[in-house]
Amino acid sequence: MKLTIKILTGLALAALMASPALAAEGPLPAKNISYSFEGPFGVFSREQLQRGYEVYKQVCSSCHSMRFVKFRNLGEPGGPEFSKDEVKAIAAGYEVTDGPNDQGEMYQRPGLPSDTFPSPFPNAQAAKAALGADPPDLSLITKARAGWEGKLSSLYLTKMFFGQGGPQYVYSVLTGFQDAPAGEKGPEGKYFNPYFKAGPWISMPPPLSDGMVTYGDGTKATVDQMARDVSAFLAWTAEPKMEARKRMGFEVLIYMAVLTVLLYLVKKAIWSDVEH
Amino acid sequence: MSGHSSYEFKNPVARWLDSRLPILSVARAQALDFPTPKNLNYWWTFGGILAVMLVIQIVTGIVLVMHFTPEASMAFDSTEHIMRDVNYGWLLRYMHSNGASMFFLAVYIHIFRGIYYGSHKAPREVLWMLGVIILLVMMATAFMGYVLPWGQMSFWAAKVITNLFSAIPFFGETIVTWLWGGFSVGNPTLQRFFSLHYLLPFVLAALVFLHIWALHVPGNNNPTGVEVKSGQDTVPFHPYYTMKDLFAIVAFLFVYALLVFFLPNLLGEAINYVPANPLQTPTHIVPEWYFLPYYAILRSIPNKLLGVIAMFSSILLLFVLPWLDTSKVRSGTYRPIFKQFFWLLVIDAIILGIVGANPPEGSWIIVGRITTFWYFFTFLIIFPLLGLLETPRPLPSSISDAVLSKKKTPESAAAPAE
Repeated sequence: MKLTIKILTGLALAALMASPALAAEGPLPAKNISYSFEGPFGVFSREQLQRGYEVYKQVCSSCHSMRFVKFRNLGEPGGPEFSKDEVKAIAAGYEVTDGPNDQGEMYQRPGLPSDTFPSPFPNAQAAKAALGADPPDLSLITKARAGWEGKLSSLYLTKMFFGQGGPQYVYSVLTGFQDAPAGEKGPEGKYFNPYFKAGPWISMPPPLSDGMVTYGDGTKATVDQMARDVSAFLAWTAEPKMEARKRMGFEVLIYMAVLTVLLYLVKKAIWSDVEH
Repeated sequence: MSGHSSYEFKNPVARWLDSRLPILSVARAQALDFPTPKNLNYWWTFGGILAVMLVIQIVTGIVLVMHFTPEASMAFDSTEHIMRDVNYGWLLRYMHSNGASMFFLAVYIHIFRGIYYGSHKAPREVLWMLGVIILLVMMATAFMGYVLPWGQMSFWAAKVITNLFSAIPFFGETIVTWLWGGFSVGNPTLQRFFSLHYLLPFVLAALVFLHIWALHVPGNNNPTGVEVKSGQDTVPFHPYYTMKDLFAIVAFLFVYALLVFFLPNLLGEAINYVPANPLQTPTHIVPEWYFLPYYAILRSIPNKLLGVIAMFSSILLLFVLPWLDTSKVRSGTYRPIFKQFFWLLVIDAIILGIVGANPPEGSWIIVGRITTFWYFFTFLIIFPLLGLLETPRPLPSSISDAVLSKKKTPESAAAPAE
């Protein structure tokens, strides 16, 4: 089953890549790596989400905000499932602006689990002034980007069988930095990345390098590993209720399948005395 | 078939109420005893399915509104608040957004069923025209609903669609400014769309009531297109069609559940998870799938005003279909040539949808123009001519006759083998 899916995916992507018009114009389709949370039965790997959080915290968060995620989400079922104390400790590690107090002043205090992740910049303009571009918020990034498009996806078929490739897109951009082709020179301070949608020149410098994150569980922090982990983590931040959704989906489908059969039998019994 | 039923309620309270307001006897006559042709096939279950979808949309919508903030700087965030913090908010929102798709799927099947079996013909023209109004109101409602989450595609769809009105000569720009409530799509646009998106479903409910009323005057059409001749031809709506419809409804909801729980974003656009940004136009602006055929018609015509006119006429044509389809025979079953043009029209509509999903470049333009032409050609030339030129197959003398001969066919086919 898995193998069949892989072969089909490979073929479809090969067909997409083979299209000369696409290769000439747009970005490369994302590398189709597989994740534990794909398919109707897929669930997140807690360890991977926890590692992905480490990457977000130690690398991405210095420029990218994650404004829809609250610290408490990290401890909720279906996510990285950090323990209560871990969540409190993570939150307390951030300074949060609160207020106004009795004197009418805003003040800084350590974060609480109910707070959202503070953004690294107060607004888009500040980010742009400091970095040269406004880095997108990461909460929804894997739902807001499609890894592949083209003729098939216009029929919704690619999406139906292979998903939209959002996490794969994040992975591909993170691992897709290359030396610019000979003779091509991009704008000052930009980097060559053929997977970048609005590219191929991207303002973000290659963010990952081997060993730059220290994983708590001792996993070796290669660029590939970190890109997988953080893209999985961002798949969770975009769709934090995925596991609950799929679980309820099976309950609903089983219930409705049985109900459909019963209703069919009732209908048949009722109609048995009428020629129709 | 309306008015007082002769039924006497045994319960004294029921009798007391019914003699003052005959709501019970009307309900009994119209919802339970209503004589319905006994040969309706499963294509006829989509009416009931649509009623259920309308109720689902209204109920999920009302609860969503309890948590949603229709203000340009908060709409996107409050949608995410629903997805993340509201108990089962993700379920409500995915039901509502995919519910719109399932609603349109059902309504398109329902309309094509009507065309095939001649349900638009006398004496059901008003029933049919009410249906076309329902389609138009549905489209307006769905469009305005899509704008509410205030993502990139919401914003730019609003801009493109409202801009269509600028094609109107002389007053175009003024009308667009009036629609927007400003000089660009902005907060006033969002707030009025929200208001109308909440209002129109109740207008729809009222129109559906009229639609059903208009249905209950002549009664149902049926696959033979032959009118009911005697009590032999009908069964009471309950339990026969209540159970048949219920079975079909639950089967339909099964497909709906597949989308909601396992492919909730299949029919959406990724870019609508990016908050609206008036300064950044998306590379491809595409409407939801159910608007793609109209979008293809719009873009197939090089002139903007004519394109807009063509797009609106593609629906307005349906109003006059009862008079464009000149055949005296209702059901396509007995019209060998009509049948083929009918399926060509279905294929044409699907191709138009595919064209609408693709950028208007290269061969898509040509395909779009051919299919647009074919759409209008079918309605304006083929349907009127067919009624005059086509020789229909002989009609059964009654519904019961048709049912009996259908039952006999397998036996007579088996006869030579004996």
